[in-house]
Amino acid sequence: MSETDLRTHASEIHEQFADHLDVTVEEVAERLDTLVNEYKVPISEARRSVTNTYLDEAGMDREEISQGGGNERVEVADIDAPEQWVDLTAKVVDLWDATSDAVAQVGLLGDETGTVKFTKWSKSDLPSLEEGAVYDLRNVVTDEYQGRFSVKLNRTTVIEELDEEIEVGDDAVEVEGALVDIQSGSGLIKRCPEEDCTRVLQNGRCSEHGEVEGEFDLRIKGVLDDGADVHEVIFDEEATEALTGITLEQAKEMAMDALDTTVVADEMREKTLGRYYRVVGPTLGRYVLANQTEQLAGGVDPEAALIKARSI
Amino acid sequence: MASTPTREVARRVFAREFNDASFTFKESDDERAPVYLLLPTGQRANRVFVVGTLTETEDVGEDSEYWQGRIVDPNGDTFFTYAGQYQPDAASALRELDPPAYVSVVGKPRTFETDDGEVNVSVRPESITEVTEAERDRWVVETAEQTLDRVRAFDSETPEASHEGGDAVGVDEYVEMAREQYGGSVDAYKQAAIEALESLDGERETEPEAGV
Repeated sequence: MSETDLRTHASEIHEQFADHLDVTVEEVAERLDTLVNEYKVPISEARRSVTNTYLDEAGMDREEISQGGGNERVEVADIDAPEQWVDLTAKVVDLWDATSDAVAQVGLLGDETGTVKFTKWSKSDLPSLEEGAVYDLRNVVTDEYQGRFSVKLNRTTVIEELDEEIEVGDDAVEVEGALVDIQSGSGLIKRCPEEDCTRVLQNGRCSEHGEVEGEFDLRIKGVLDDGADVHEVIFDEEATEALTGITLEQAKEMAMDALDTTVVADEMREKTLGRYYRVVGPTLGRYVLANQTEQLAGGVDPEAALIKARSI
Repeated sequence: MASTPTREVARRVFAREFNDASFTFKESDDERAPVYLLLPTGQRANRVFVVGTLTETEDVGEDSEYWQGRIVDPNGDTFFTYAGQYQPDAASALRELDPPAYVSVVGKPRTFETDDGEVNVSVRPESITEVTEAERDRWVVETAEQTLDRVRAFDSETPEASHEGGDAVGVDEYVEMAREQYGGSVDAYKQAAIEALESLDGERETEPEAGV
């Protein structure tokens, strides 16, 4: 581990104790250095050990520290490491029966990207979460058990109920196949500019707000087909650009030159139909939302299929 | 699960098998019910996905444009595709493409009976796009694998085999239907799959060997 990486970790730990202990970043870095470079302990374990040492020294509970005010704001699907202090906005999808007196509430939180288990401790003395409500949760800690991640609400967690709705997505799936169709409503589209309304306009009209001055966006509603199953996939502006190489600006220019927005979707069809892709992302209803897209253009292996073929 | 009508899968099939198919059917009496072409290996196909070499295009229309495309697979067998005024995108693709070129076609199987009672099968394209050798190769492997899966399923469901098992479970209705319509052998399609794979394998072996 490089000196600078170590220092970053050290200053993060230092920040947590700066108000409680008379300790310098150098001292923290030295402890980390010993564990990581001398004892070959993984950095996550070293951080844990060093943090615990200072917790003891300060007579503090693990719950009382956090990474200062600057937690990372995450989406559920981003949670991929334990012991991270994060903020997230999520809906209470489900409340389960707590199996222990130590647990006040346990259940499932969700956002567009997926769902994650949460635990709220009795001793944290936090307000009650209600099923179906959306909350902004600041200062929660991630945890991992057998490869599954969860979040824990603790004494320092700030819970704020929000007056908004979240459509909770399932966990990410991976689909692949040939792109066999790009459906109508793809390409350069216009969305309703009204607050919290992102409906796609039909002939300049929003089904909710009537005639409005729309805002341009890029989108593809495509179909991946592997010969056995079909998957409908939605590519947002970023994913559409990655797929087609066409930016929103370029799409607007194309449409302006042609005095017609449909040229954009036509060009996209030409560039992508009949190609093979692998897409990873959460599902929303019958759609997969493309978070990652990869074109399958690499070499294929006829040998394996041939061996199988000759055996029948 | 889905309340909206589910989209039909695009089957992968080599031209040899596709052109041997002739029997079509519907699953319900509803006028708008999908029409399926029964593949000889015992699979129903309402849609196909084909990647091959476009070798020739020709406007065979009399009053209006009606484009014919010949798309050849690695076995040298030909898919015929026809696009007219109701398939404007595909028609203009055929008009503008310059054979030979690798193309992908998504489309619906169509059959018509000639005067002498032969049934011809073609693809009515939903889209035709130019692709590269990479897509062609992937399609060949994929189509061979799926053809071989069908052949295996067909062969494992001989009437005797299902009697041996006692319960007549799992006799695929489309395999049964294919036996009735086309007879009992699917060996030719297994051969087509093997030959197609060998043609790819051969191409690879003739490439200069690097770093060996």
